[in-house]
Amino acid sequence: MTQVAEPEATRWVGGGLKRKEDPKLITGQGRYVDDITLPGMLYLAFVRSPVAHANIASIDTSAAKELPGVVAVYTGPELADEWAAAMPCAWPVTSRTYPGEPTADARVPDHWPVAKDRVRYMGEIVAVVVADSREHAVDATEAVDVDYDELPVVDSIEEAVADGGHVIHEQFDSNELYTWDLRNGDVERVFAEAPVVVSERYFHPRLIANAIEPRGIVVQPVPAQGELTVWSATQIPHFLRVFFTLILGIPETKLRVIAPEVGGGFGSKLEVYAEEFTAVALSRKLGVPIKWTEARSEGYLATVQGRGVIQDMEVAATEEGKLLGVRVKLQADMGAYASLCGPGIPILGAFHYHGVYDCEAYSFTCTSVFTNRTPTDAYRGAGRPEATYATERIMDALARRVGKDPAEVRAMNFIPPFDQPRMTAGTLEYDSGNYQAALAKAKELAGYDELRREQQAGDGRRDGKLLGVGISSYMEVCGWAPSQVLATLQYAGGGWERASIRCNPTGKVTVVAGTSPHGQGHSTTFSQIVADALGVTPDDVEVLAGDTSIATWGLDSYGSRSMSAGGVAIYKAAERVREKARVLAAHELEVAEEDLEWTDGKFQVKGAPDRAKTVPELALSAWAGHNMPEGVDPVLDASAVFDPPNWTFPSGTHICVVEIDPDTGSTRIDKYVAVDDCGTIINPLVVNGQVMGGVAQGIAEALYEEALYDENGTLLTGNMSTYRVPSAAELPGYTLDKTVTPSSTNPMGVKGIGETGTIAAPPAVMNAVADALRFVGVEFIDKPASAEKIWRVIQEAQGQAPAGRAPEGGGTGAASMTPEEEGGVA
Amino acid sequence: MRRIALTVNGVRREAEVEPRLLLVYFLRETLGLTGTNVGCDTSSCGSCTVLMDGKSVKSCTVLAVQADGSEVTTIEGLATNGQLHPLQEAFRNNHGLQCGFCTPGMIMAGLGLIESGAGMDEEEVRLGLEGNLCRCTGYQNIVMAIQEAAGQMRQSAPAAVQGGSE
Repeated sequence: MTQVAEPEATRWVGGGLKRKEDPKLITGQGRYVDDITLPGMLYLAFVRSPVAHANIASIDTSAAKELPGVVAVYTGPELADEWAAAMPCAWPVTSRTYPGEPTADARVPDHWPVAKDRVRYMGEIVAVVVADSREHAVDATEAVDVDYDELPVVDSIEEAVADGGHVIHEQFDSNELYTWDLRNGDVERVFAEAPVVVSERYFHPRLIANAIEPRGIVVQPVPAQGELTVWSATQIPHFLRVFFTLILGIPETKLRVIAPEVGGGFGSKLEVYAEEFTAVALSRKLGVPIKWTEARSEGYLATVQGRGVIQDMEVAATEEGKLLGVRVKLQADMGAYASLCGPGIPILGAFHYHGVYDCEAYSFTCTSVFTNRTPTDAYRGAGRPEATYATERIMDALARRVGKDPAEVRAMNFIPPFDQPRMTAGTLEYDSGNYQAALAKAKELAGYDELRREQQAGDGRRDGKLLGVGISSYMEVCGWAPSQVLATLQYAGGGWERASIRCNPTGKVTVVAGTSPHGQGHSTTFSQIVADALGVTPDDVEVLAGDTSIATWGLDSYGSRSMSAGGVAIYKAAERVREKARVLAAHELEVAEEDLEWTDGKFQVKGAPDRAKTVPELALSAWAGHNMPEGVDPVLDASAVFDPPNWTFPSGTHICVVEIDPDTGSTRIDKYVAVDDCGTIINPLVVNGQVMGGVAQGIAEALYEEALYDENGTLLTGNMSTYRVPSAAELPGYTLDKTVTPSSTNPMGVKGIGETGTIAAPPAVMNAVADALRFVGVEFIDKPASAEKIWRVIQEAQGQAPAGRAPEGGGTGAASMTPEEEGGVA
Repeated sequence: MRRIALTVNGVRREAEVEPRLLLVYFLRETLGLTGTNVGCDTSSCGSCTVLMDGKSVKSCTVLAVQADGSEVTTIEGLATNGQLHPLQEAFRNNHGLQCGFCTPGMIMAGLGLIESGAGMDEEEVRLGLEGNLCRCTGYQNIVMAIQEAAGQMRQSAPAAVQGGSE
């Protein structure tokens, strides 16, 4: 394992440098995909299925073709020759007991950009209009006449696994993609012998990412050369290029993919979409520039969704509450097709349902199924929020069972502080951790003990409101990922990252990063790293990324990998630049390399500080090339690849304090404390921004957000006015602090921070809600704890079962409810 | 087609527009002012917020013909003589943006709020921003930025922007 380097004097790393990205973004000069207009550009609009499952009996496009401005209208069969292959699934998980060999073939059904004969979810594309304006294209979609022969709809996970139920992909004998197991230790014995076993069922509703910039694409062809330049609102320009080649048969060398300014992703732009394949295919076919911009309501149907998981979670423990075993069974809703990484998402959490607590026996099982709904894939945290939710909620249930404070049960179960890799029950080797320190700090900031006394004294009330306190002591797995481990998980790609650094002759430094930012502030933080390494200022550094012709190698941004994989590659490249600079400095100063020291951002002769060379000085002479040492090439530059030897494991404790109005069920967050440990901090401003944004999304997941479908597979929350993305008015202020436990995996000691908030917050909030509701006899409540749901469970607990439908979602301690009974929304 | 004339960022603009054209597309596509963004189709997100006759409006909810004769300010018109507006500075100082897509709308909504004379305590600013969604920041830094700028603007400013928070 790589050792953490001795910290070197840093001038910029660790400081709250204001973001270099901001000036253009606060003046309206940021250029997003939809801001691009090209001469002769045509616009696409898509005809989408209004039903969830049907054979396409006929499509009549003749009337649409006659409308003003319409250039062409195509159906699926008419575009069939454009595709060299169906859309990709890069992570075709197959049934197996990991790490054993697969016991079945991957069940990845063909998913064509435009449906050929059958649609399997509401919103699936059945035809595409090309017109001279966005308005004309959209107008013409209304004139395309499609006849559907409707088929039975698989509207839930339960329906998907039911005996004799409808099979969505008839080439398979069931709706199951795979059942994937992981076992470590004698789980059956541990559970049979344990004096305490606690079981709960949790349901994670589907979530819609809602990056505020909708998806979009612009394609510019050079027909005579067979070249195409693509601008896409994507997290993954490099993957797009690979898949445009594989699915469209365009040589990779003829493709340039650019992610310009990208307005948020959260996993929803970690996908290569039907609209993108169609736009590139039609630009090639027609030889003209093509543009498509997603309408928000269209995105609700066609952009991948997140979560959609049922968990049966069990822990075995001693009477004192010491954890002995963890056993969890998942059922995951993949939607109608296997998306780019969708099948792998539940597996991302497979290895750590014991969280920051170790145990002697562990088992994880996941069965993933097709349903007639929009495909699911990554959503901020991807698999790890689900795991953490189960772990942290059941720790509260365990505390209740053994009659202890939730903080006490956590503290007695924490893995002791460690700074070198440590194997755990889920078979992951955690890099480092100090969970006690974060809990202690969070308790202090929240006034935890005082809050508990207040609850006790007031019978759980504060000014008539129910007072609840929730803890979440989380860990996560960042820095995707060691390439060889990905191979054993059947993931098609690797997890390395690459960077190159160029020291220009006039003193400025160009950094080319293989990651692709969409709001994280990479230009700022990467500049800080390079500024310290090369003795320049961040303003001297320009970071280029998100363009496959500039950053020729890269694996893009997701899974909190940009710093722990990409940042480390930059750090390594900068070290190499400095190694070469040292050789040049020794040559120019006519001393041995050993006689030089790197001090105050320059190489100086030991004992003779006035004899020194800066990197910019050396860059100029290396560019001139007049006086190079023997065997050393001109110019000062270097590149490096970092393939992480292991993941990184950020952690921390969040504490949420809620006040619930028992009469209305509405929840107000009184205080939210987040103490996070992301290892070495490059820029506290950026780190805190990531935490607050992640926590906001996590609170939204806990209290507000839920994609609801009816029994016909119709999305009921199909736009921003029915799906509740919270505003500033609903969300609280945050109290933030840090502990710093450097990672043992990489030389910078960095871990990652992009997803921690979304991972930590849902159980912190839900534990607080559940804690408050126990004072009125409520045994259990699940996400999202909307005012309506809270009001209903209070009524029920008090023997006044409300009229109307039963509360949705909800698992129970006895794992007997049916969380998928989602139909019939009043 | 209808002929309209309005002042955008201090410049008089005239154009023939379709009656159904939304103000936001007039700004973005007819005038090329792409700083104002479109984030939804239900007037929920507020990314398209601009000032019209001094009041913040969602330009996806205003027809271009309705803006005939009005004075419109977009994010591009905020800095003067290369000098950032205090609110722009405050967004940067407080890390009030990440991906930047909602930012022009947030800044214009914040400006509308400050200029309306509304109170500027945290709760009031949060309520005042109810019509603007951000998915990156969690809002806290946006609220702080608006409060900071309001303090500066009201200190040096005419009674029009002197709000009481109580």
